[in-house]
Amino acid sequence: MTTKPESPPRPGIDWRGLATSLLVSLLAIFSALVIGAGVILVTSGSASPNRSPGVCDAVGEIQSVYVLCKAYGGLFVGALGNPRAIANTLVEATPYILAGLAVALGFKCGLFNIGAEGQIIMGSMAAAVAGAMFVGLPMIIHLPLALLAGVLSGALWGAVPGFLRARTGAHEVITTIMLNYIAIRLIDYLIKGPFRDTSSSAPRTAFVAEEARLPFLFGPDYRLHAGFLIALIMAFVIWWLLNKTTIGFEIRTVGANPDAAQYAGMSITRNFVLAMAISGGLAGLAGASTVLGLEHNYKAAFTGGYGFDSIAIALLASSNPIGIIPAAMFWGALRNGAGLMQLESGISINLINIIQALVIIFVAADQIVRWIYRLPARRGTQTTLTRGWGG
Amino acid sequence: MSEGFRLDRRRIVALAGIVVALALFGIVSSQVPGDQISTLRITYANARPVDPPLADIPLPTVATVGVVALLLIAGALYIMRGTGRDLTSIYAGVLIFATIFVILIWAISGSRTDIVDMLARMVRLATPIALGALAGILCERSGIINIAIEGLMLTGACVGFIAALLSGNSWIGMLIAILGGGTIVMVHAILSIRFKIDQIISGTVINILAVGVTGYLRANVILPLTSAGATGSTLAAIPIPLLSSIPVLGPIFFNHRPVTYLMLILIPLMHLLLFRTAWGLRTRAIGEHPRAADTMGINVIGLRYLNVFFAGMMAGLAGAWFSLEASFNFDDVMTNGRGFIALAAMIFGKWTPFGALGGALIFSSADALQIKIQGFDFALPPQFLQMLPYVITIIVLAGIIGRPRPPAAIGKPYEK
Repeated sequence: MTTKPESPPRPGIDWRGLATSLLVSLLAIFSALVIGAGVILVTSGSASPNRSPGVCDAVGEIQSVYVLCKAYGGLFVGALGNPRAIANTLVEATPYILAGLAVALGFKCGLFNIGAEGQIIMGSMAAAVAGAMFVGLPMIIHLPLALLAGVLSGALWGAVPGFLRARTGAHEVITTIMLNYIAIRLIDYLIKGPFRDTSSSAPRTAFVAEEARLPFLFGPDYRLHAGFLIALIMAFVIWWLLNKTTIGFEIRTVGANPDAAQYAGMSITRNFVLAMAISGGLAGLAGASTVLGLEHNYKAAFTGGYGFDSIAIALLASSNPIGIIPAAMFWGALRNGAGLMQLESGISINLINIIQALVIIFVAADQIVRWIYRLPARRGTQTTLTRGWGG
Repeated sequence: MSEGFRLDRRRIVALAGIVVALALFGIVSSQVPGDQISTLRITYANARPVDPPLADIPLPTVATVGVVALLLIAGALYIMRGTGRDLTSIYAGVLIFATIFVILIWAISGSRTDIVDMLARMVRLATPIALGALAGILCERSGIINIAIEGLMLTGACVGFIAALLSGNSWIGMLIAILGGGTIVMVHAILSIRFKIDQIISGTVINILAVGVTGYLRANVILPLTSAGATGSTLAAIPIPLLSSIPVLGPIFFNHRPVTYLMLILIPLMHLLLFRTAWGLRTRAIGEHPRAADTMGINVIGLRYLNVFFAGMMAGLAGAWFSLEASFNFDDVMTNGRGFIALAAMIFGKWTPFGALGGALIFSSADALQIKIQGFDFALPPQFLQMLPYVITIIVLAGIIGRPRPPAAIGKPYEK
């Protein structure tokens, strides 16, 4: 009589699926680096002044290979060559972890937040202003207050496209980009106008108070600040939120099948706005941690390309919050090593952008990688982002 | 969307119109003394600055703004009644133009500006947006979302500029820009048609790739070339004989540079091709119902590749406008979001060429306004005017101006 109903088997972790998607990510990185090497080989000849372009002589070939070794060698040493380089890689990785989480969380809800840039800008500005105002507060209040200002400001900048998408169908890919441009203009006005530090000749905000700064973890010799720890914690918090809470379940359900979610009584509008607000808040925290941990004030245009980088990171990690951490560290290493690469070989830092785009192509279009390397095709469905423009 | 939403939209637009009208009048009347005059000058074609004008139209600033505001409120009340044809879309477009006109009148109060020059500038600045919108129309009418127009423009601008530097001829540069756009767009075509990747992602990939590749080419090819002394010149203006000397119309339509002319020709041409030829019918068919089109013997995949290729060339041409026509120069990310704005213009124009031109002119009027009132002593910080095109884009996308009804099969890969 009291036969226990047989509970369905709990879905365990799909280790095999994880392993192949990890393999795809690694192969994508590998393929991108190989093509990047090809780009260096082709263009390094024309870049060097003592060689006429188009002439294919043995000296030129050797020189190109030499430049290639210099470039990738410089990239590696610059990223991981000594403790300070490693610390700098982690510093670079900090905003990438948070911004990557922002994009990944959007993906989970079926939203493509390519406006992390604008949300970072808004977060940075708010944190810088909150950190410089309210002087005299103890650190235990001032630092969280400044961080919170960054989070809220980013969240607001993210929630607007979420609301527009849910209510009017305006595609977030365009609205978030437009909000990037609007944020840049707005910040330009604020930095030159109301929040300008009048004691400085260059337009920038005032320095944040000592009490609002994120402490350095290993003393001022290494730039690694407590923001890195916050980023690591946030990765686990987002993992927990998505996988262990009702909120996360709703977000994932809306992302997987909005019609079913609506049928089950979940509000699309609420979840879109919530997911984009959390996403924007994470991006805002990325900006806030950089301002409060590293820069200590905000100058015009100090974020560059974070929005696009974070897409690459989220795709590399298959939107897995824990996977974001190594993906962001890889990205931090690329960015951190790029400077030495340029110094050693004369190859432009922009090569990193090409490698980045190639990585995105290979990860997003994982059929290509699977096709090149003869891996089995992926099971299950891909998140659909294309749902037309309206209605 | 339900019938209830439509009524809401009508009211929202009408209320927005009233609020904007009152706000504009309130701000202008508090900022500008009542006796100030704004003068709109109409010049002869090809006139030098010292020549006497054709006409000077003196407008009392505050009174003019008051009249505009009253007209806007009257229009809003008419819309609100909601009888007869739905004029909401037209009203919203008029509202944006009226706002820009009021800001212009306000900025030049006590002074004067050449209104013909402003209109000619609007047509010029609309060029890349209208061409980008045409590229979008071509793709979307065939059922492919192309969010990569921004990246295609940037690539076209970059390779066209390099070709112009190497050959010393900007026409060759323009040709290479067109071909460059056509080549890169094939990445999008292959990813989305052959590999059936989400079209938003594959478009975004191209946008990111374009930033990286053009930045790399600028640092490693363009800068070495220019520092070695390579130069060139912009595509020269070609005033059309006789027509260009017509007052008012001459400067606005018949005294432009090549890419702008091509845009002015391509708009009606695309309209004819799309709505009056077999190719146009087939294109619209594969965008609305590819399976039915396939049954009728149309090669869906092949036609999609072809149309995406044409669209890429069109976006490449738009790129040439940036680096070879507006200025002879290539800067990192010089397209500044115009590719995305082009998509908004396309949506505003309900996927028709003439509608897209109308949308492009709304955006370019905001650009022209901002350029035109530089140098006037004006209360509004310039950054807010620079935001205007982007804000309008969001408003357009939010469907406040007209309900978008995209081609039905858009974004869906075709499986045989």
